[in-house]
Amino acid sequence: MKIVAKRPESLTSKDFHYCPGCTHGIIHRLVAETIDELGLRESAVGIAPVGCSVLAYEYFNLDMLQASHGRAPAVATGVKRVLPDCAVFTYQGDGDLAAIGLSEVVHAALRGENITIIFVNNAIYGMTGGQIAPTTLMGQVTTTSPGGREVGMSGNPIKVCEMLATQQGPAYLSRVSVHSPAHVRRAKKAIRKAFEMQMQKKGFSLVEILSTCPTNWGMDPLSSLDWLEEEMLPMYPLGEFRRPGG
Amino acid sequence: MKTRLMKGNDAVGEAAIAAGCRHYYGYPITPQNEIPEYLSKRMPEVGGVFIQSESEVAAINMVYGSSSAGARVMTSSSSPGISLKTEGISYMAGSELPAVIVNMMRGGPGLGGIQPAQGDYFQAVKGGGHGDYRTIVLAPASVQELYSFTRLAFDLADLYRNPVMILGDGLLGQMMEEVEIPVDAADTPPPEKPWAATGCRGRSKVIINSLYLDPHQLEVHNRKLQEKFSRMVEREQRSQEYRTRDCEILLVAYGTAARIARGAVDEARAQNIKAGLFRPQTLWPFPNGGLLEAAGTAKALLVVEMSAGQMVEDVKLGIEGRLPVHFYGRMGGVVPSVGEVTAEIRRLEGELS
Amino acid sequence: MTVKGRLTIEKERCKGCRLCIHFCPKEILEDCGELNKLGYRPVHLKDQEACTGCGICALMCPDMIIQVERGKGA
Ligand SMILES: Cc1ncc(C[n+]2csc(CCOP(=O)(O)OP(=O)(O)O)c2C)c(N)n1
Ligand code: SF4
Repeated sequence: MKIVAKRPESLTSKDFHYCPGCTHGIIHRLVAETIDELGLRESAVGIAPVGCSVLAYEYFNLDMLQASHGRAPAVATGVKRVLPDCAVFTYQGDGDLAAIGLSEVVHAALRGENITIIFVNNAIYGMTGGQIAPTTLMGQVTTTSPGGREVGMSGNPIKVCEMLATQQGPAYLSRVSVHSPAHVRRAKKAIRKAFEMQMQKKGFSLVEILSTCPTNWGMDPLSSLDWLEEEMLPMYPLGEFRRPGG
Repeated sequence: MKTRLMKGNDAVGEAAIAAGCRHYYGYPITPQNEIPEYLSKRMPEVGGVFIQSESEVAAINMVYGSSSAGARVMTSSSSPGISLKTEGISYMAGSELPAVIVNMMRGGPGLGGIQPAQGDYFQAVKGGGHGDYRTIVLAPASVQELYSFTRLAFDLADLYRNPVMILGDGLLGQMMEEVEIPVDAADTPPPEKPWAATGCRGRSKVIINSLYLDPHQLEVHNRKLQEKFSRMVEREQRSQEYRTRDCEILLVAYGTAARIARGAVDEARAQNIKAGLFRPQTLWPFPNGGLLEAAGTAKALLVVEMSAGQMVEDVKLGIEGRLPVHFYGRMGGVVPSVGEVTAEIRRLEGELS
Repeated sequence: MTVKGRLTIEKERCKGCRLCIHFCPKEILEDCGELNKLGYRPVHLKDQEACTGCGICALMCPDMIIQVERGKGA
């Protein structure tokens, strides 16, 4: 018998603190498997954000930094400029990347900084208790949009991949999801492509991964997957927005 | 030893290169723009990295990244830009990361002005960012000191694994003076940093972090930091005295204000007033020991600053209530003249006799 | 007896989210009905023989509590 699924070496044995059914865990595993498969564990440096994944530095079994809220792409830039041959990646939520840290990710992309950004879009601020995020859908109820997101009070949601795709800087931009086994496999491929591009020194790569937050969406884990598929996909279509050679 | 005529801001840039710094990140702001301008030319020449970042916030976080990866790294700015960097400085102190941060102060508060001032003393010396942390603050008063203190700053930062600030002002940055550059000590290789995040080949993983969710663990971490800060207080106080041996009125000033105070001491001496100058070269740790010694014969202290009198508090603490502490200062970027300060010394002398 | 797939489920680490139960194509995973030490109701394999070792349960498990083996064996 052959083991077909086990814990990747690039994860420590620490149990994730994530809520039951939260897909942050799946995404961690996909990143770790990719690092294993590409043989990068010993030459990787990861940057954890501020958000539910702040403790990612405990989970990834490789050199890790914890960055201040939103600044992971700037921190990654500082690391990469010292260690150009290391695989440098950030792992960021949507509040971290698309609100407070929007400037850092845009400028890292414009510089064509040779780093990989794993961008977890769960349409809400998880860690602080379910407040509205830049990616929150119109009409979506959050603890700071109790009547549902409405333009007058909270503006419009941001499409990060589409926005970055208007610029010259990025080398690879992809939006994937993890709401079904087929999508998880596709997400893995996108993450792998992003890391491969970095190792080929192609420049900035970002994979946006649609993810669930059952706790703050106020749903059980399975209904969350349905909600992601039915509500988030129309707003955040999947696909490659910038691809190698494209 | 070779001598070069240099602008203050250029001297900072050149000293960084000599200290083995190969990574600089900054955002333009007057009156320190010559530092990034100089390094944008010099860094490529020595195989280093220069990035004009999108903001001071990004710059300090790039510093955080490069420092985490084990490099000697510097950023520079002026007052409003330093305010933006303070979160990052606190993170670096919390994560025990070395870095050199240069502040060429200008008038404040708010957007303030672009003329030289010293209104960021509290920010630099009392913390600036959040949490129980300290940064060594070096206060150069000449282009020579801008050069030598910048080099020293890198050594101290690595020695203590803590950010070090150079607190200059617009005037020091802009002035030109001769600088003696030791030839033999050029291009010091940075020390080994086994704690740095460089990829975990052949060792266990490292984590660069300032988060401790358990309050008891965070307290233990804080205790460790406090012990380090105590060591700095014991070992890193620096100061200079000028004509203090028999002085009755002891001026206390740093940076540009100290240059003016020194002129005023000479003027006062010429008028038979026994004045002297005590010049802190480190503002944190404040040179308390040196101050008490310098004040041996003094009857009163006169603090001279280009601010509302921020260092006065530390002088009062340092002198332990033994002598009255007076203050003369100008604000907003107005530099006091030697004549003004001399007049203040004379007035004080009149009060004393 | 030959089995195609073998699961090792670390029940004490299971958070009972049921993603694996939902996605198992053979519908052979179920809630075991008891609480584990974490206070969740962990998953349990009800029919070892039917397991093909496809690995979908592990693919969807956010907490990596399922190890999957595939092939001929006892
Ligand atoms: C400067 C600063 N502002 C605010 C916070 C508080 N804070 C912590 S996490 C967070 C939001 C994180 O949300 P997101 O990035 O969407 O990640 P998620 O928790 O959903 O994974 C905020 C606002 C902070 N730590 N630092
Ligand atoms: S709060 Fe939301 S994002 Fe955070 S761990 Fe829980 S389910 Fe996941």
